[in-house]
Amino acid sequence: MTEEIKMVDIFLMGKRYTVPETLTILDAMEYAGYQLTRGCGCRAGFCGACATVFRMANDYELQVGLACQTKVEDGMYLAQIPFFPGRKASFNLEDIQPSVAHFAQLYPEVYRCLGCSSCNKVCPQDIDVMQYIAYCQRGDFAKAADISFDCVMCGLCVSRCPANIVHYNAALTARRLYSRYIAKPDPFLSERARAIKDGEMDAEIDALVTADNEKLQELYNEREIEK
Amino acid sequence: MTYTPQLRELMKKVEETRPSRVGVHFPRMSQEERQDVLQKFHPDYIEDGFRELKVGVNKGSRLPNEMADVFESYSPLRDVELDLTADPDYDVDVLIIGGGGAGASAALDAHAAGAKVMIATKLRFGDANTMMAQGGIQAADKENDSPAIHYLDVMGGGRLENVPELARALVMDAPLVIKWLEDMGTMFDKKEDGTMITNHGGGTSRKRMHAARDYTGAEIMRTLRDEVYNQGINVVEFAAAVEVLLDENGRAAGAVLYNLETEEYLIARAKTVIIATGGSGRLHYRGFPTSNHYGATADGLIMGYRAGAKTIYADSIQYHPTGGAYPPQLLGLLVTEKTRGLGATPLNIKGEQFVYHLETRDVESSAIIRECEERGMGVPLPTGITAVWLDSPILELTHGEGTIERQLPAMLRQFQRFGVDIRKEPMLIYPTLHYQNGGLLIDGNGHSAVENLYVAGEAAGGIHGTNRLMGNSLLDIIVFGRRAGRDAAAKSKDMPGPEKLTLEHVKAYHRELEEAGAAGSRVGPILLPHYTHR
Repeated sequence: MTEEIKMVDIFLMGKRYTVPETLTILDAMEYAGYQLTRGCGCRAGFCGACATVFRMANDYELQVGLACQTKVEDGMYLAQIPFFPGRKASFNLEDIQPSVAHFAQLYPEVYRCLGCSSCNKVCPQDIDVMQYIAYCQRGDFAKAADISFDCVMCGLCVSRCPANIVHYNAALTARRLYSRYIAKPDPFLSERARAIKDGEMDAEIDALVTADNEKLQELYNEREIEK
Repeated sequence: MTYTPQLRELMKKVEETRPSRVGVHFPRMSQEERQDVLQKFHPDYIEDGFRELKVGVNKGSRLPNEMADVFESYSPLRDVELDLTADPDYDVDVLIIGGGGAGASAALDAHAAGAKVMIATKLRFGDANTMMAQGGIQAADKENDSPAIHYLDVMGGGRLENVPELARALVMDAPLVIKWLEDMGTMFDKKEDGTMITNHGGGTSRKRMHAARDYTGAEIMRTLRDEVYNQGINVVEFAAAVEVLLDENGRAAGAVLYNLETEEYLIARAKTVIIATGGSGRLHYRGFPTSNHYGATADGLIMGYRAGAKTIYADSIQYHPTGGAYPPQLLGLLVTEKTRGLGATPLNIKGEQFVYHLETRDVESSAIIRECEERGMGVPLPTGITAVWLDSPILELTHGEGTIERQLPAMLRQFQRFGVDIRKEPMLIYPTLHYQNGGLLIDGNGHSAVENLYVAGEAAGGIHGTNRLMGNSLLDIIVFGRRAGRDAAAKSKDMPGPEKLTLEHVKAYHRELEEAGAAGSRVGPILLPHYTHR
């Protein structure tokens, strides 16, 4: 049941190449002969290396996508944005609090948001970017962390923002603030870490480390599995 | 409508059998059955995929052909004139090669110990398999669990071939690593009271898989990266190391870097060197698709090997049972083990389960290959390959509606992009090349057989024996990254910088290659896979 694969024309930075229609933009660039260094990373939609802007022939509307997560279409004109010079604020997490005042010092530009929603329109992860910027403005870092979580930091939002906000870095700071200060620490983790440091877990494991393989295999086969 | 009418017809079988499968546990294999399916179907046991290495310290050992091709190759520096007596371009205490989770962890701890640190990485900082690890990170930090219980899982999963000292370090550091990450503001899945939500993975006896939705590795990587930048550590991107430099006494003393953009070579001198270059899935052993990052081309293995580091279990490759098989854009892509951890099961063309869904990865993969190849019960795909179903929609029945959106957002999104709704339609999967179980042998501090040369992360070997469990790789990169970083920093404190830099070991390696007639015209590390005009 193997199907014949149709070919389509795409335009890489204006230049036409004919490629199989089943390919992603990334695969199509390679099919066309590009050896990529920039604009290619995990190839699975996690790393944000391959932000791409495109439009279809005879259409004025710009569209965006991750090159590894977007199929080519006939008449696609495209270019990659492999890097964007967004600013990251440096901070010492131990010296700041999840407060509006501290956040505003790090990222004052979030207050320049015009509410134009350009960021939302370009987010390849369909994140409500403008909304998490609003949460950051009012210091609701729990909500900002939650809805920004799937961000792959591709930078497309930054490329379109008229207020020069670097959304993905603001969101990352919000998530770290939330996780460090608002989410509660695991109630047992510190105790386990202390027990390990104080050597209280040594005897149990050293009995296994020194056991022979026959004994280990027996213990392994008979080990109780938590339901 | 991505699934063809033929596939939709076959999918009906899965829907028919689904109600009868809810809550039913398929039996686990006996030890004999596991051994049998591995030997008959696991690619590691198929002898024509391997050959004996003709050169170097592990001459005579068995390697996959594609890895042997990289090991038996000339250095890219063979015809390059470098002035190693000139002032180096970089001069540091600790040079870290590789910008993934291991490199970032090593950098943070070496920096905290007061060392002058530099990360040189081939692509962008964070371009690594770490970023793609979805399912979780193991640590025995519950009251019903202990590092010893974790140890037994690690050893049993690794076929008892693990280096005990390394497995011990892995599990004992695990809760400390989780604490370190929690303090750094990593957004783990938690209950209201802060309790980490943990699940099973293949081969675990306790629920100790910590996750950050199904972006666990990405969340860890972006947090580590952010902290490296906060600490002001020098990160040089698009600077691929091509050779480790030694001093006149055979100790590691830096590396030759290649700027991928300007095509210049640069010299980095260092008192200690940490190889954290990751795995080798992009060598595509036996033609398998891979779930690996674009840069996973075994660079550190060959560099370290030429410098004299020993390998261990370099012939042991992990095939992840659930790689994407269809639609074709998802070929090889990792379907996170969390999907099975939650209870999704593999099914054959009749919609019947044929293997317990949480066998270790090697056994699960072999059983899927057997179902397709020997039993002919695979699902034929329009692309000419066969696959099996992975029944994701059952999760919405067993855990309630909305489970997939909450627990597997990355998977949901990726399949949606190519027209499959995994809440309603089962996935089509086949094993994908996922992980290099072995690598360069290290001790408990990440130190290799070469003085002042450390290895951490997937490039290192011995920790997992010949089969790694899910969630122990995100753990190992941080455990051994930090250990290597701390030890390298401590060592470099009491040491003057190297006096003389040499590449004599590379010349000697070349002579050995020529005597063995082994290299042909191959050059390695290859740095990037070649996919042009395929």
